[in-house]
Amino acid sequence: MNNSASEALHARPNGSAAAAILSAGIGVLSVAILAIVADQSPTFKNLMVIYKPTGALSGVTTLAVLLWLVTWGLLNWRWRKKIVPLTQVNLAAFVLLGLSVLLTFPPIADLF
Amino acid sequence: MEITTRSLWTLIHGMGFGALYLLACSGAVVEIYRSYYPGDRASENHVTDQLLKVYLVVMAALAWLAVLSGTYIIYPWYRAVAPAGTASLADFPQRLLQSNPETSGWHSVGMEWKEHVAWLVPISITMAAVVVIQYGKDLRHHRALRSALLAFVSVSFLSAGIAGFLGAMLNKNAPVDGGPVIPILHGERR
Repeated sequence: MNNSASEALHARPNGSAAAAILSAGIGVLSVAILAIVADQSPTFKNLMVIYKPTGALSGVTTLAVLLWLVTWGLLNWRWRKKIVPLTQVNLAAFVLLGLSVLLTFPPIADLF
Repeated sequence: MEITTRSLWTLIHGMGFGALYLLACSGAVVEIYRSYYPGDRASENHVTDQLLKVYLVVMAALAWLAVLSGTYIIYPWYRAVAPAGTASLADFPQRLLQSNPETSGWHSVGMEWKEHVAWLVPISITMAAVVVIQYGKDLRHHRALRSALLAFVSVSFLSAGIAGFLGAMLNKNAPVDGGPVIPILHGERR
């Protein structure tokens, strides 16, 4: 029996964990993408000002956290009793995580 | 000896929440790897397992306190706009940095990166804490899941390190200072 088959046999479904991992990847990338959009669009930037002393950062981070939590809830609801291919989920989450670190770096973010 | 309210909050944010989080990171990586490595008996110890869960919850709390205090308490002081005719920019750190070409990069690259990359930390560590609480000892059967946890905690360490380093450099070049003064100790009189 190979490793994955053995793991699947002994373990509880990995769906809940997969939902948490993928949604965290989506959440962190949302921070980077929303920050870039706010930087490029004055209209969106004004929309993101939900606490004036902090400026657009307040809306960008609040919206990213909301997107993360909503995605987490939806994915968990769909996957919680399932065994999902975690290697693919991990790969997607790692790409999102890496992109988010790169896209928050201003010299790269300013390319858009 | 005295300290201003703004300096105190900067200390609480950076040296309190941020530095404690950074110190805790290496411990979390080692413990997640060690406790749930197949064949290792560490996670069979109920106390060890519970301790790791509490440890990660405390880390998540520190991460949230660091970003929320940074974003909603200190950042408004940092980005405050100086009224027209202000002679000294000492109480307006962003404007002070931007007023000199040699320091403006600390704002346009340093603060711009710090204010966003720091938010990767609470999201990553909250996910790790919830997964460890949900799965606990069962993580020994999920190699890919352990890899994901280690990757997210490691990236949160990197992001917190970037934010911490930039915060220290920003505060060195343009300290967030001002507000009511809190006396700490009285020096000797000559």
